[in-house]
Amino acid sequence: MSAELFPMRRAPGCPFDPPPAARAKQEEGPLARVGLWDGSTPWLVTRHAEQRALMADPRVSADITRPGYPSSAPIPPGGTSISFILMDDPEHGRLRRMVTAPFATKRVQALRPAIQRIVDDLVDELLAGPNPVDLVDAFALPVPSLVICELLGVPYADHEYFQDSSKTIVKRDVSTEQRTAAMGKLMSYLDDLVGTKMEHPADDLLSGLATRVEAGELTRSEAAQMGVLLLIAGHETTANMIALGTLALFENPDQLALLRDSDDPTLVASAVEELLRYLNITHSGRRRVATADIPVGDQVIRAGEGLIMANDIANRDAEVFPDPDRLDLRRDARRHLAFGFGVHQCLGQQLARLELQVVYSTLYRRIPTLELATDLDKVPFKHDGAVYGVYELPVRW
Amino acid sequence: MKVTVDEDRCCGAGQCVLLAPDVFDQRDEDGIVVLLDPAPRPDLHEAVREAAEVCPAAAIEIAEGP
Ligand code: HEM
Ligand code: SF4
Repeated sequence: MSAELFPMRRAPGCPFDPPPAARAKQEEGPLARVGLWDGSTPWLVTRHAEQRALMADPRVSADITRPGYPSSAPIPPGGTSISFILMDDPEHGRLRRMVTAPFATKRVQALRPAIQRIVDDLVDELLAGPNPVDLVDAFALPVPSLVICELLGVPYADHEYFQDSSKTIVKRDVSTEQRTAAMGKLMSYLDDLVGTKMEHPADDLLSGLATRVEAGELTRSEAAQMGVLLLIAGHETTANMIALGTLALFENPDQLALLRDSDDPTLVASAVEELLRYLNITHSGRRRVATADIPVGDQVIRAGEGLIMANDIANRDAEVFPDPDRLDLRRDARRHLAFGFGVHQCLGQQLARLELQVVYSTLYRRIPTLELATDLDKVPFKHDGAVYGVYELPVRW
Repeated sequence: MKVTVDEDRCCGAGQCVLLAPDVFDQRDEDGIVVLLDPAPRPDLHEAVREAAEVCPAAAIEIAEGP
């Protein structure tokens, strides 16, 4: 029998739940063979405990150019590597540490007033604009884009240009050529901006990188690539959590009411963790390749074999999260794997948490009658996307 | 309780600071963990245990004891 094709399909009518076939594999055991588009048969790692252990294991590589890496699409010649996300230590760590400081927990927490202002202004614009409106376009995409502009140090005059190019990368009905062109535009924009920061440094992330370019620790193009990585990794993800999270709350009105009527910051924080767990938008799994034989239970993952850690099903592992299919904003969901695990665990996670806390505690309070302006089954879900979410979310109030 | 941290392993994810800000901080220059208090008060033990549990890089070591 040939291995079942991965990614698997979600069940009709259950847009928030992982594919039933993947859950079935989880019941059977911690490892299962699955088939990929290229005919390869990597391991699907199904459970929370094994995923955690393997993602933290130095014998497991994130290097997409290694033979056996379970790539989700053909790898173009020259590789697809945008900066350190697909590299291993020590090079990964060397580059990651260059941009870690601005994402440190206390530094990020200091951005709360700035993020609150961005969110409040966007809600003002929503309320002044057309009703119904597409929440993705009018709110979910602009929030992380404006926040990253602030952090990188993109001048205000360029915000619109920056937002337009970054939207093109995530939109539906955009050809591969258009997407590649938009990436290229952003890359050269950021390259120029690093040049500007070398001449006129300010207190922002790109100026920090510019200093390292001058010190010879980094080339200017590596610095620009890091800027693009930070934008790409944080834009669609956060936007999808805002839009899909809102839809999940519409479908769970008691939970929406709980969040809207509470001014307890610990409830808001726990709601963010629970929505991250429940929705696990990075639904194509963490992809890795073993560099040595690794025993797992009574099986052995051989050196050179691919691994897919399906975090979405690990976050529904009943061993760790009782009654896992229930969205329960009060539960302690902090052990979720929505940000991955190990040394590649999301660098921007504290920023993402803060953005979501501000959004979830502002949007539904300021627009208490906010609701879906279509039927659930007419909402276009990103089944085919690298990151799960909705292409559009028509809302009214 | 005695806490130690391994700066070489740390990837600066900041989980520990989120959970126990009185015990952990991150360096200004590169976001790597700084141990503020190697012998935290008993009322912080639970948070410190959870920090060690969720640290993605296994960089926090705890020795339980008086
Ligand atoms: C809710 C929103 C977000 C989710 C669900 C998310 C999820 C993830 C996941 C699962 C990984 C691990 C990749 C792997 O192990 O292969 C990751 C890595 C990363 N994320 Fe996020 N992310 C989010 C927001 C952000 C933001 C706001 C930023 C920055 C502005 C960011 C920057 C990064 C970077 C740079 C990496 C690579 C880290 C490394 O390889 O060392 N992310 N993210
Ligand atoms: S949680 Fe672990 S990896 Fe993250 S900052 Fe603390 S010690 Fe470092």
